[in-house]
Amino acid sequence: MTPTRDQVRKVASLARLELSAEEEVTLGGRLGAILEAFATLAALDTSGVQPTAHAGPLGDDAQREDEVLASLPPSKSLANAPATVGTSFAVPKILE
Amino acid sequence: MELTDLSMLELARKLAAGEASSVEATRASLERIRAVDGRVRAFLHVDEEGALAQAEASDARRLAGIARGPLDGVPIGLKDVFVTEGVPTTAGSKILEGFIPPYDGTAVSRLKAAGLPLVGKLNQDEFAMGSSTENSAFHPTHNPWDLSRTPGGSSGGSAAAVTAREVFGALGTDTGGSIRQPASFTNLVGLKPTYGRVSRYGIIAFASSLDQPGPMTRTVADCAALLQVISGHDPRDSTSSHLSVPDFSAALDAGVKGLTLGLPREYFVEGMDPEVEAGIRAAAAELERLGAKVVDISLPHTRHALAVYYLIAPSEASSNLARFDGVRFGLRAKGAKGLREMYGQTRAQGFGAEVKLRIMLGTYALSAGYYDAYYVKAQQVRTLIREDFTQAFKTVDAILSPTSPMTAFKLGEKTEDPLAMYLVDVLTLPCSLAGLPGISIPAGFSRAGLPMGLQILGKPFDEATVLRVARAFEREHDYFRRVPGLSADAGAA
Repeated sequence: MTPTRDQVRKVASLARLELSAEEEVTLGGRLGAILEAFATLAALDTSGVQPTAHAGPLGDDAQREDEVLASLPPSKSLANAPATVGTSFAVPKILE
Repeated sequence: MELTDLSMLELARKLAAGEASSVEATRASLERIRAVDGRVRAFLHVDEEGALAQAEASDARRLAGIARGPLDGVPIGLKDVFVTEGVPTTAGSKILEGFIPPYDGTAVSRLKAAGLPLVGKLNQDEFAMGSSTENSAFHPTHNPWDLSRTPGGSSGGSAAAVTAREVFGALGTDTGGSIRQPASFTNLVGLKPTYGRVSRYGIIAFASSLDQPGPMTRTVADCAALLQVISGHDPRDSTSSHLSVPDFSAALDAGVKGLTLGLPREYFVEGMDPEVEAGIRAAAAELERLGAKVVDISLPHTRHALAVYYLIAPSEASSNLARFDGVRFGLRAKGAKGLREMYGQTRAQGFGAEVKLRIMLGTYALSAGYYDAYYVKAQQVRTLIREDFTQAFKTVDAILSPTSPMTAFKLGEKTEDPLAMYLVDVLTLPCSLAGLPGISIPAGFSRAGLPMGLQILGKPFDEATVLRVARAFEREHDYFRRVPGLSADAGAA
């Protein structure tokens, strides 16, 4: 049940999370212990049971008409950004 | 009696009668924070200037005869997960250190519209992931009943601040017990409303199908009054309900005669603190004496709730926390080569150990090859847990149980063992998964002087009955009048 080191690295990569070598071991171990404790679920017969994604019925708003409302001005939207260019968020280069 | 010892509604009556002003109450609150928060450490940010300005405005409204409602002028605190315009908001995480939100969330807007001054932002487990407030990236919070113990979590700062008389009331959020469990550890009333009763707009998302904001107060009547302010449909949260909001205070004192209350046998778990079990069974017997019919019930899938919750909540969290990537707000790792590396390093530096663990768990449960075995399976068992409650509520009006199997534990006691920490919330999780309203109210003290909580669960959108049962029990006791001693030994009060 304990994920292998490669599995831990793959999951961390999917999650965009850099882990130290030490974290790979500790998080992998904790992940394994948790998944093992949760193995009891597998034994439960759930054939034909519908999954519940949400506790309540979704509101009518999911189907409401589109409506144009005021949004934040760029100055406010950008105020917390680590780096900006004009009215855009600046990020490190994507293409080598 | 000190001004800060008053309940929210007691203070409100004084404000209405002109016997106290909001500025006096807010100053008293700020002075109390200066006096005790060095020991309690409930606050991440105190907004003295903002709170006093709001209090002055409230007093001016009173004088002009245009008070905005009964709670106009009553100072409160907010868990740091609520975004507040112009006031730092971190959700207990380094990744948001220095973040100043450009807007107020809906619950905050409604509090402001009702005239409540916001004194400051309260400590919590990082992104609300934890049961002891020890996962805060900044510092742990101490339990005012015994400073060597945790106030619970994740809304531990809110719980400690209200208990220590630093604020008159507070809002927390509850995803799997994060309002109710700290309330039970600190002798408070804490209510998780029905999923959809209160808008989630402007609370930093943990698990979107579970998160609900709610009141943390000293009395049941305060809880009802604060719930009234924040409830109701919000077009900015498509999961918020269109159902009309009843007057939660109307039937508070209706008593429990004619109500049937269920005691689920699965909630009296092995390993439970015998004092807690005895205390809650005594509370149930007392409600029976007060006129309720108490019956044994079964919620057979209860034992699976822990696994279901810790697959679903981390799965949703792994998706929600993708927004913390160093692009639009918060921390950005310096010196990264390229975008991909910047993401990975920013998140590595910005997230704490428990958040990383839950992101890993959720990403794993959602990844190809495991999705059906973990995520879908958990969602199916979630259906079974909901159906347990649907069945039970055919014969009972509300359900009674302990809020947590234990009283407040020592700081550091469970930090190295995530599973042991998760078990603290084992009795609050099923209600969250089913989206039901649930409250924790003071149910007395252990021999060591530590508070314990009685949990009352209700039918969807039936907070009124939950509050009515809570009030029926509360009026027989004066637990909420007890003021904690703020020492490192339990029972000093």
